[in-house]
Amino acid sequence: MSGANPVAGVVPVRLPPLGLTLAWAVVGLVLAWAVVPGLFAWQDPLQGIAGRQLEAPSLEHPLGTDGLGRDMLARVIHGARESLLGAFLAVSVGLVFGTTLGLLAGARGGIVDAAVMRLVDTLLAIPSLLLSLSVIILLGFGSINAAIAVGFVSVAHFARLSRSEVLRVRRAEYVEAAFGSGGRFLAVLWRHVLPNALTSVLALAALQFGSAILALSTLGFLGYGAPPPTPEWGLLIAEGRDFLATAWWLTCTPGVVVLAVVLSAERISRSLGARRT
Amino acid sequence: MKIDIAPRLAPAPATTVAPLLEVEDLAVRYASGGSVRRVVDGVSFSIAPGEVLALVGESGSGKTTTAQAVLGLLPANGAIERGAIRLDGAGISRWPEKRLTALRGARISLIPQDPTTSLNPVRTIGAQIAEILEIHGERDRSLIRERVLDLLSRVGLEPAEMRAGQYPHQLSGGMRQRVLIAIAVALRPGLIVADEPTSALDVTVQRRILDLIDELRREDGTSVLLVTHDLGVATDRADRVVVLRNGAVQEAGPVRQVLAAPRSAYTRQLLQDAPSLATPRARPPVSGATGIALKVETLVQEYPVPGERGRLFRAVDDVGFEVRAGTTHALVGESGSGKTTTARCIAGFLRPTAGRVLVGETDVACLSGEPLRQFRRQVQLVFQNPFASLDPRQTIAGIVEEPLRNFEPIPKAERERQVRAIIERVGLPDSVLTRPPAALSGGQRQRVAIARALVLRPRVVVLDEAVSALDVTVQARILELLDELQQDLGLTYVFVSHDLAVVRLIADTVSVMRDGRVVESGATEQVFQAPESNYARELIAAIPGMTDEARKAAE
Repeated sequence: MSGANPVAGVVPVRLPPLGLTLAWAVVGLVLAWAVVPGLFAWQDPLQGIAGRQLEAPSLEHPLGTDGLGRDMLARVIHGARESLLGAFLAVSVGLVFGTTLGLLAGARGGIVDAAVMRLVDTLLAIPSLLLSLSVIILLGFGSINAAIAVGFVSVAHFARLSRSEVLRVRRAEYVEAAFGSGGRFLAVLWRHVLPNALTSVLALAALQFGSAILALSTLGFLGYGAPPPTPEWGLLIAEGRDFLATAWWLTCTPGVVVLAVVLSAERISRSLGARRT
Repeated sequence: MKIDIAPRLAPAPATTVAPLLEVEDLAVRYASGGSVRRVVDGVSFSIAPGEVLALVGESGSGKTTTAQAVLGLLPANGAIERGAIRLDGAGISRWPEKRLTALRGARISLIPQDPTTSLNPVRTIGAQIAEILEIHGERDRSLIRERVLDLLSRVGLEPAEMRAGQYPHQLSGGMRQRVLIAIAVALRPGLIVADEPTSALDVTVQRRILDLIDELRREDGTSVLLVTHDLGVATDRADRVVVLRNGAVQEAGPVRQVLAAPRSAYTRQLLQDAPSLATPRARPPVSGATGIALKVETLVQEYPVPGERGRLFRAVDDVGFEVRAGTTHALVGESGSGKTTTARCIAGFLRPTAGRVLVGETDVACLSGEPLRQFRRQVQLVFQNPFASLDPRQTIAGIVEEPLRNFEPIPKAERERQVRAIIERVGLPDSVLTRPPAALSGGQRQRVAIARALVLRPRVVVLDEAVSALDVTVQARILELLDELQQDLGLTYVFVSHDLAVVRLIADTVSVMRDGRVVESGATEQVFQAPESNYARELIAAIPGMTDEARKAAE
């Protein structure tokens, strides 16, 4: 309705929804923790204070101290770097390899498509935790390897989505028009198919970011991730578990942080997905 | 195939009769993304019992919104700002949903626009017709069954018993529209709102559907609110018309009066631009001296029938024609006639099963790989839908420049100069170059698509329903542009269309296609004045809004 008259007197105000603002705020804060943890935590995350183990939250230690007398707030804040870096790496692995596979399958079709997608089906058939544990056992322990393992699991999801998006865009008239104006296969793929297929893939990346943090925490909790005493959210939850009865906040606060980040990533992902239409 | 126009010529119903529907000073607004727009502003009209009123306008004129407001079916972000809608004297615009539900279907009903999406694909059509009876309180199963069969035969779906057990996908578009009409008339409502009931249908089917609506409403004395963009349909079927533009009434009155003496400049423009009402412009005679630019010989295209091994469906069957350089040849037919398949073979998008397509000396049918890519410089295709054929992520400059980047290793500045020149040539301002397609209107986008096709200076341009998706006034401008470009650049057009009225305006020669075969071909005027085949006669007679003399001549 291009010719519609704007109603006089109504000032268009564009406020983003509150939930979305909050989600970005959470992600921004956690990112800041990862980049400059010193600004937020003034205590040492690694060096415990003798005789001050398992203290309840106080002004000096807002989240209390853990079993070795280390400040919990500092450990949560410093843990952001390890967890976010891991999640970022995991999503990148999934995004790059998954999208490449999906693009190849969707654009080429035929036997390539069938082969790639059956491989992806096989990956999807294996429970994801089992799959990442197997990858870690092959690659060896460590935070980088844990991230690669988590990323490997998400390759299948990225490949599926990007293939279906590529198939959709491939049928679009503007792709046909591009071939009609003399475009070569790869040029058309790069100029038209990839940019138009990528929007929902990016939305999935934001979603996967949340689940990657969750998966990394799971691996950390099980002891397959970063080795102690590195502060990492999953590991923090695992360490606090022994004191659940007396110091519940040691388990709960890192848990709440993980939950908040995962939910925020989900909300942002949804807003990215909605923009597509 | 006679249209009984006598009732339309009868004097308008006496004013003493209370109007069935009255819309007074209606204003509707939409809220979206924080801004509010008024799309209907002060629209008033009334419909007497048994009368047909047409709401005519282009897309965005507010005609559908008005119809939705009457039905109480505005989208969630739409709201009636002011004004009254009175049915049988009772103001219904503020009624709660529950009261309206009892009214809809029983007193007012809707014939929706797109029959392909308006039926539930997993239920039989019998069950879907029965539903409206059940919703409005009928419980007796055998009575419902009887009424359903009765309705099916009333709308011409025979044998009714077999049809009742079929699913929507087993029916053609026209038959599905009949089902929707059966649902709309099931409870003998006082008013039927028909929202572009035939826009998605072929011309001959369109005519039969409109005849059916006419017949049913005359039997029951029903009023019809006909929403249409086609002035031809409105003049054929309505007693009175209301012309809308930008949500406001431009003109209202009895059809004959509006046609004969339009008061507003906009209506005059609409009348001038409507292809079915326009008189064909005299096209300059084609000199016999020019050579043949395109020659199609015994073209055959077969597809395997899905689900049946070894069976082939012949979409194009032994098609042949010649086009002289600098002229326009039209391929006309209804959906499924093979016209688009033929066009795609010519443009090198499809490799025909057999036959030859000669452009100059090259046979398109045997090209592939790099030679085919090089050949694309000579033949360009313009697609039907300018909303789908432009990449939403490119700028206009990027879109028009792309063919040059594919072929010509010329410096950037020179490319830019050529892009600017062609954009100006198709009548667009420089300022569009940096914008994305979404910022342009449908007509502007189609100009961009034409610019992209012409930037390589092709010899033949294939226009696949290139103006069918556009409003009449925009359509008229694009046709003028195409005409002009042909004169200046000596282009040869293959013009694919289902719309004979448009074909008459632009084509020198024409091939009428049906079921993959050419049933008639020749000079356009000759085919229109003295059609030889029954099918061509039928097509011509189905053009809405044609003058009665022309119709008689055709029959």
